[in-house]
Amino acid sequence: MEDSRSKVMDLDEAVRTFVRDGSHMSIGGFSISRNPMAAVYTIIRQGIKNLHFYVHSNGTGIDELIGGGCISRLEIAYGGNGKAATTCIRFRKAVQEGEIQVEDYSNYQMTLRFAAGAMGVPFLPTRSSLGTDIINRWGFSEEMRQKDPKIAGKKLVVVDNPFGSWADAPRVVLVPAINPDVTILHVQKADYQGTCRILGLTYADIEQAKASRHVIVTCEELVEPGELRENPGLNQIPFIHVSAVCHVPYGAYPTAVYRCYDYDPDYLIAYAKAARDERLFRTYQDQFIYGVSNHGEFLERVGRKRLGEIKADPTRGYATNLQWYDRGEAP
Amino acid sequence: MNGTSPEIMTIMAAREIHNGDIVFCGTGISMLAAMAAKNISAPDSVIFFESGAVDALLEDLPWAVSDSRVMWGANSTGGLMDAFATMQNRITGNRVIAILGAAQIDIYGNLNTTAIGDYSKPNTRFAGSGGGCDVASFVPRCIVFMHHERRKFVRKLDYLTSPGNLDGPGARRRAGLPPGGITCVVTNMAVMRFDEDTKEMYLDRFYPGITPQQVLEHMEFAVDISRARPADPPTEEELRILRGKCDPRRMQL
Repeated sequence: MEDSRSKVMDLDEAVRTFVRDGSHMSIGGFSISRNPMAAVYTIIRQGIKNLHFYVHSNGTGIDELIGGGCISRLEIAYGGNGKAATTCIRFRKAVQEGEIQVEDYSNYQMTLRFAAGAMGVPFLPTRSSLGTDIINRWGFSEEMRQKDPKIAGKKLVVVDNPFGSWADAPRVVLVPAINPDVTILHVQKADYQGTCRILGLTYADIEQAKASRHVIVTCEELVEPGELRENPGLNQIPFIHVSAVCHVPYGAYPTAVYRCYDYDPDYLIAYAKAARDERLFRTYQDQFIYGVSNHGEFLERVGRKRLGEIKADPTRGYATNLQWYDRGEAP
Repeated sequence: MNGTSPEIMTIMAAREIHNGDIVFCGTGISMLAAMAAKNISAPDSVIFFESGAVDALLEDLPWAVSDSRVMWGANSTGGLMDAFATMQNRITGNRVIAILGAAQIDIYGNLNTTAIGDYSKPNTRFAGSGGGCDVASFVPRCIVFMHHERRKFVRKLDYLTSPGNLDGPGARRRAGLPPGGITCVVTNMAVMRFDEDTKEMYLDRFYPGITPQQVLEHMEFAVDISRARPADPPTEEELRILRGKCDPRRMQL
């Protein structure tokens, strides 16, 4: 990659360059799908602390980061790890024990907040949550908001419809924009300039990326720009938003990447079991996070055999023979 | 009685779904109810996930709404922006029926899926709203699956995550919400609905082997039981389709 436009970086270097103690950040994906796990484990290994995090419905990624002591403040709509843990376990523990400050929103509100950030407007309106505690109960105090220029002075604001009864909505909720310092996404395909092609569900990845000052992309496949430019209509994120591109096959493992591999239910269930017990959790972290120096070594520890078992069926896009359903936590 | 408790709950919910409805559902038995309706009485209903997948085949049961399995055979896959706009938009939103779950419900059908105890330092923290608050805010009909227990049917929610009838008649309108929210509660004992005038929950149908008095004993608040009738149990045909077509590997039921 001699091209001066290349943003290709080693993941360790990309995280060291763009993620700092106290950064405001978000990660892409949804619960147990397309979380940028290689980057998550890198953040934990680098010992980055006091992150202010924004997610809609996340799971595996934020739970590991909370377990790794990296997050101090979290704005979130949902924290669940599929049937392995209907509520993320380290998230639950950290909130119950007051170790992190959490503020609740709905999925649509978080999505709109990223969209507002991407659009460059201070807020967007919705009818969601009128009359509920999502409006009434703040996770962050007014004093704390005043002290931190990176967060809005209020959580949510209800206003009368300034157009009267137009569109049959007498009142709306205004949700404040989010502009993270950095967002990390994992995608199926990216070129070395940073243009991304996501296959299947995009969740809120596009809004998250476009709202952020820096975007680190990890990808299954790194290609020449010419390949993605043959069908530009299939690309979602143009390179102008992206600061670094890292080629990390299986970079979302143990979460799923459509058409590449499935989530690993065995890993997620074993993780959920370890996460419930402090000693087991330290042993887990020593073995799979601190005991390896990069994602390649992590995957070796997991084992090639296991990775083969979760490989996606080329037609369906997921592993068709996973025998797992009844092994999870009761719904 | 005919069928196990999850099967009865699934069929009771499936009967609420009309042909042509757009069904917002999660995983587990809420998805099975949507599949049962599609196979039994509402062939043109459309299963819809908040993650952005529309009308998937669901030949393998997903672990989460983001699961790649919700994309197989779907007519389109978008993102959260599209999915929630479809519900907030009155043209499509009025066709949506949602199926939700909750840790607590009150007499007006408001739901808590966030925390038990004080919000700032809860005794038990749950996953949170996800899209639950959004859909309950936007759409005219929502079914809630609940286990009938006193600690779940409470006088006062510890946190109001998703709006039912808020604090009674006219409250949704005063708050600025469209009519609707939670309209039906399907439990392991009974089906509950909400009175048009008082907006309070009442007992509509109780299952074979259950009495209205027993239902009341499993709730912290009292509800009107004067309209209660025995539920029509699942038919052989309904159970045959549910078991054979929706969950043939018996992974959920």
